[in-house]
Amino acid sequence: MAVLFKRPEALADINTHYCPGCTHGIIHRLVAEAIDALDIREKTIGIAPVGCSVFAYKYFNCDMQEAAHGRAPAVATGIKRALPESIVFTYQGDGDLASIGTAEIIHAAARNENMTVIFVNNAIYGMTGGQMAPTTLPKQRTTTSPYGRDVATAGNPLKMSEMLATLDGPAFITRTTVHDIKGINRTKKAIEKAFKNQVEKKGFSLVEILSTCPTNWGMTPVESMQWLESNMIDYFPLGVYKDIEEEK
Amino acid sequence: MARKLMKGNEAIGEAAIRAGCHLFFGYPITPQNELPEYMSKRLPEVDGVFVQAESEVSAINMVYGAAGTGSRVMTSSSSPGISLKQEGISYIAGAELPCVIVNIVRGGPGLGGIQPAQSDYFQSTKGGGHGDYRLIVLAPSTVQEMVDLVQEAFDLADKYRNPVMVLGDGMLGQMMEPVEFKEREKLDFDHSSWATVGIGDRETPNIVNSLYLDPQELEDHNIKLQKKYDEITKNEIRYDTYNCDDADIILVAYGTTARIVQDVIPMAAEQGIKLGLIKPITLWPFPYDVFKEYSDSAKAFLSVEMSMGQMVEDVKLAVNGKKPVHFYGRSGGMIPTPEGILGKVNEILGGLK
Repeated sequence: MAVLFKRPEALADINTHYCPGCTHGIIHRLVAEAIDALDIREKTIGIAPVGCSVFAYKYFNCDMQEAAHGRAPAVATGIKRALPESIVFTYQGDGDLASIGTAEIIHAAARNENMTVIFVNNAIYGMTGGQMAPTTLPKQRTTTSPYGRDVATAGNPLKMSEMLATLDGPAFITRTTVHDIKGINRTKKAIEKAFKNQVEKKGFSLVEILSTCPTNWGMTPVESMQWLESNMIDYFPLGVYKDIEEEK
Repeated sequence: MARKLMKGNEAIGEAAIRAGCHLFFGYPITPQNELPEYMSKRLPEVDGVFVQAESEVSAINMVYGAAGTGSRVMTSSSSPGISLKQEGISYIAGAELPCVIVNIVRGGPGLGGIQPAQSDYFQSTKGGGHGDYRLIVLAPSTVQEMVDLVQEAFDLADKYRNPVMVLGDGMLGQMMEPVEFKEREKLDFDHSSWATVGIGDRETPNIVNSLYLDPQELEDHNIKLQKKYDEITKNEIRYDTYNCDDADIILVAYGTTARIVQDVIPMAAEQGIKLGLIKPITLWPFPYDVFKEYSDSAKAFLSVEMSMGQMVEDVKLAVNGKKPVHFYGRSGGMIPTPEGILGKVNEILGGLK
């Protein structure tokens, strides 16, 4: 019998702790598919963050390190410099990458570390129970912005892809979404490219993926997808922000 | 091999490279800058890697990543920078990764000053970061000892899968002395059961991690760590003693201060005062037991430090109330003088009469 659909080899055969409707599952699968497609699992080392995807080190079927909050790009730098022939990726959320780890991600990008960054932006701190994130939208309610994010006191959301694309270093910066099939397909291609760039030693590649958090947004999974589409994409426009291949 | 005149900070770098450390992640801070500068020059010559990180926090996390591959790796800093590294040090200890961290101590608290001090004793030996963990802490008192201990530090780190701190001070870091790099036996360490180098043909992934959400699992992990720390305590205590057998007062000092105390001993002898010295080389594990050998014969103990009194607490634990334990210290970058120490000795002896 022909196998039409199966678990990617780079995805471990265990249940995840993610909430129903959470898009981490989709993104994990896309990362694993990219690793399989490029046949690099044997030499891949992933770095899990602190946040909802903290247990990513259990979910990928490759060597993994668990980093301190925000430090994954520094940890990845250490691994990649020690083992230049390995494939190194970080999997980070918005609190991790865009708040506590801002220095680490900017300088890893500026050094053009030859690594792949999967940046999951769902505009909230999920693991700790729905607090305001650096990417929480203006007026968005969270447990620490109960009246809605007031930009006069809480500042404005960080647009990481736009910021990082101003640097001379990085090879590839793109923002995608997984709220619909088209978005998932584009995300899959972007992730594959971000890993392929590393294999080809092109340098720092980051895929920012707009994602949902039904539990902490207080919505059903379907409502979440709709909310992402009608609110997040306006503030965080999709597209390729930097691609050294196109610049040539 | 011929002896070479070298600055302490540079000698540390050369010793590390000769110990097989080809990865260095640092960040500038006085008074240790000669060490990263030396590494930035020397490491490319041996196909090594030098990265000037964006912060001490990043530097120690780069160490975490590299150490997780089983590679020999080092970072260095000075007190305020070491405070920033504490997060990473706790994670490294929790994940049981081998690495060497050099602290060329300067005066604190806060931004403090840039002159030599020993005021990071508590931070180095009693925690520093969060959680139940220990660093092996080595305290050299000469540039030669620094070279020997740096080389040994890498072996200890690999042997126990534990971070090792080499605790110097601004005086030792900046001082020039003749050194000899001795050939060390190359030990074989098998990292294959834990190092993340890519899964290759392995059935299960190696995972570098310090997260144990289940309380029983975390307690079990801590018990395992404690057993390792007990083993280190059993095997690795190092110290020197001078003139302790018939000493009236035994001085306790490490690092630069131990050298000053060695000058005080003959000065005191001229006055008919017999002084001894216990010089701990491992600050953790602390050589508690050696104090038992002299707590009957000596009349008192005097801890001499470049701090407001930190190691003295361990000396008190070691002496355990059998004899008076005194303290003499200077801080903020002020160096204890032999005269000052001798004055304290006379004060103690006056009180003992």
